[in-house]
Amino acid sequence: MADPLVVIVGAGPAGVRAAETLALAGLQPILIDEAERPGGQIYRQPPAGAVRPGIYGLEIRKAAGIHGVLAGLGAVDYRPRTLVWNVFQDRLDLLTIEGHGEQRFDRLILATGAMDRALPFPGWTLPGVFTLGGAQIALKSQGVSIGRRVALVGAGPLLPLVAHQYVGAGAQVVAVLDVTPFAPKLLQLLGLAAEPGTLAKGLWYTARNRMQGLAAAYGVRAIRAEGKRQVEALIYKDAMGVEHRIACDAIGASCGLRSETQLADLAGCAFVFDQVGRQWVPQRTGQGRSSVPAVYLAGDGAGIGGADAAELQGRRTALAVLEDLGRPVDLAEAARLDRRLARQARFRKALENAYPFPDHLLDDVADEEMVCRCEGITAGALREAARDKDAAEINRLKAFTRIGMGRCQGRVCGHAAAELLARASGVGIEGVGRLRGQPPVKPIPVLGGVP
Amino acid sequence: MAGLFSRLVKRTGASILFTIDGEAVEAREGDLLMTAILLHRPALRRFEFGESSRAGFCMMAACQDCWVLLADGRRLRACSTPVEPGMAVIVDGDPNG
Repeated sequence: MADPLVVIVGAGPAGVRAAETLALAGLQPILIDEAERPGGQIYRQPPAGAVRPGIYGLEIRKAAGIHGVLAGLGAVDYRPRTLVWNVFQDRLDLLTIEGHGEQRFDRLILATGAMDRALPFPGWTLPGVFTLGGAQIALKSQGVSIGRRVALVGAGPLLPLVAHQYVGAGAQVVAVLDVTPFAPKLLQLLGLAAEPGTLAKGLWYTARNRMQGLAAAYGVRAIRAEGKRQVEALIYKDAMGVEHRIACDAIGASCGLRSETQLADLAGCAFVFDQVGRQWVPQRTGQGRSSVPAVYLAGDGAGIGGADAAELQGRRTALAVLEDLGRPVDLAEAARLDRRLARQARFRKALENAYPFPDHLLDDVADEEMVCRCEGITAGALREAARDKDAAEINRLKAFTRIGMGRCQGRVCGHAAAELLARASGVGIEGVGRLRGQPPVKPIPVLGGVP
Repeated sequence: MAGLFSRLVKRTGASILFTIDGEAVEAREGDLLMTAILLHRPALRRFEFGESSRAGFCMMAACQDCWVLLADGRRLRACSTPVEPGMAVIVDGDPNG
């Protein structure tokens, strides 16, 4: 009998470790990834042939580990520059440089990762505003800064990290503004100590930034970008309510991360509301099983856990696949991974609580602000539909306003739209539901290959 | 015209010549199209739904904000496409053209 066909989507830390575990167990998994080189976004590599800028900070060994795994494993059928744009029963629809294609699977591991959770603020569509993750990728993949005078604003551990990396690379960072208060970070220290190494790194980045004159301001509110044709300044109110204006030409801004869930949705996975991450995610067991027997979930694509947790989940999920295929499984290794994942979960809960969701940014969004960057749909249009057309559910709101129908398919606007709808309709954030995924999950040409 | 991005790490790769709105400019091997354009210009394209421009947002092929138009009719997502010699990028043309 032929070996079962295990297909992994996503070559970040979760997907690579899943592929490695399956290959070492004697299988020949197919690893499909949209990017040109492995690493995902967290360990994003420069294009082939380019010199690595070398700015991973303290994570360089982990990054090198993930980048090097596949080279030592002949058994992995690695397919870069391949977009999976649909899942239908036991088949993936693909787009490669050669054109459209299909891939059948017996078992599917989705390791689709995450992106920044963007929240709208006045001026956020001006050229020069990027996500914090985008600002970081500009540096680590391209060796460039997003501007000459860069302001960084948002919530989450990326904020001090990007500041540290930018300053270390010689960029001029003019402000580090945290839209969440300082007190919760102290309160969560005990929980954060579940991962002492990661906590130490966070404290180190923050301390280094401070020594370099870049003390973060906490509890910042009412942020807005100003400029005629591009960013010229960032205006904000400090925790005391005093307004400040910082001249800058670029802004990195985002508030935590959101899971990339469309393929799990198309695969028919049941979803649950993740209270810690404040978002709908495909339901998974601690071993990576979804509600669909042939489909497994690893890494940030099914709830935010970070890169270290993603590596562990990739390995753990691969063991679950092996077990379900009736293959021998190292039970001691499975138990060890379960213990480490439990510790990661405690850490993640504390981390999310240390950066509580910045409700005030949503409360401040004026009617004329664009929520949808793709098509310019405003907060006012959403509120009007919620009020006059009784659109109390996010897919109804989508039908009335086109929110979530643009090129990004709701990746950027979806969370903000749901938050605004929850406020307008008086239903809780959980009650407005989630945008359903639709194929193609990303724009595809009718003719030709991957752009 | 001043670029938005600034290079912090020197690129030693081969020079790549391409054009932006007809003007000849230089990039380096290993530059993504987005980097190549934004090192020379403050934006990548005009916005189709209003009087403004866009310069990309997420840099990880998710937000689809950085699709640019080439004179030969190709539309490319600039953050996931390496720059190639001879590309003729249109930044300030009709976005629906």
